[in-house]
Amino acid sequence: MLELIVQYPLLSALLALVSLGAVFGAVLGFAAVRFKTEGNPIADQVNELLPQTQCGQCGFPGCRPYAEAIANGEAINKCPPGGEAGIQALADLLDLEVIPLDEEHGEEKVKAVAFIREDECIGCTKCIQACPVDAILGAAKQMHTVIASECTGCDLCLEPCPVDCIDMIPQQETLQSWHWPLPDPASREPQIIATDNDQSQDRAA
Amino acid sequence: MLADYSILLIGAILVNNFVLVQFLGLCPFMGVSNKLETAMGMSMATTFVLTLASACSNLTYQFLLLPLGLGYLKTISFILVIAVVVQFTEMVVRKSSPLLYRVLGVYLPLITTNCAVLGVALLNINKDHNFLQSLFYGFGAAVGFSLVLVLFAAMRERLNVADVPEPFKGPAIGMVTAGLMSLAFMGFAGLV
Repeated sequence: MLELIVQYPLLSALLALVSLGAVFGAVLGFAAVRFKTEGNPIADQVNELLPQTQCGQCGFPGCRPYAEAIANGEAINKCPPGGEAGIQALADLLDLEVIPLDEEHGEEKVKAVAFIREDECIGCTKCIQACPVDAILGAAKQMHTVIASECTGCDLCLEPCPVDCIDMIPQQETLQSWHWPLPDPASREPQIIATDNDQSQDRAA
Repeated sequence: MLADYSILLIGAILVNNFVLVQFLGLCPFMGVSNKLETAMGMSMATTFVLTLASACSNLTYQFLLLPLGLGYLKTISFILVIAVVVQFTEMVVRKSSPLLYRVLGVYLPLITTNCAVLGVALLNINKDHNFLQSLFYGFGAAVGFSLVLVLFAAMRERLNVADVPEPFKGPAIGMVTAGLMSLAFMGFAGLV
């Protein structure tokens, strides 16, 4: 063996490279097992920022699937219930540009809660089946009602109701739900805070 | 002994700064310096890769290539070493900091082709550094790279909002700034 190697220097070079490659391959294989990532941690973080209305206005079956799609590069402006604030939070998390809400998927509305006019309700249970968060109580031929604290205001129960007895009632601002208004973006010009938001073209180049 | 190593370190960080004096590793220097946070992440990843790759390539050279008389294989085997170290770093970053992994994006695998990394490995051989010296030299080069990258990113963040003449906006003023920084770093020439 040794004589062979001495005889053909090319063989030793080949052997050295192959063994080097084999050792490194083993190291990487070990690392791949040792540092295996389970699930998608980004999708989890995105999911926490989404409003959890499960309304499906983004075109995905719920908030979790949309979060996974965002983690895989889907646009972040498809969530009307989250609104501008939601897009801002997502952009901060993922280091993306803030983009305006996509009109195709609906517009940002004041948070509302469904209310069933109970004397008109015929007890058909269709709204119960439509509710993504199980916020409607009731049984067949019995009057239904909405658990206000569970309702996410997604409007999905309006469509199936045969007698149109569901109203969306905008929530009154109370001392508990009032927030400081966000500063008007127009009043922040000229920019005094360093940002590279308007440099997207340069960055792409 | 201590003086030797500190001179080696300062020499690699300031006097022979890899980016601004030897002009190695310019692509990440221009590419990842748009945002301070990203630049810091990139600096950390590069520091890790550079130090480790410098030490590993030195070991490979001393204990595999030299005994077999295969000095001519050093470039290709160093590239192999660097690729493995980068791949390893990528796995670690993906596990420990998914956000940083996402932010660094394509620049993380691109550390493989960062010429500073291969440059340090080859310079180690040219300068006959032993294992410890290579480790320090690699670390010094990485610290110098990080220092320059972070300084430059901070400057570019300011430049973005500065009143720059229209033709100089964006990368152009970045290049001018880099040139001025390079001039400034040449001023360290007599230090060691």
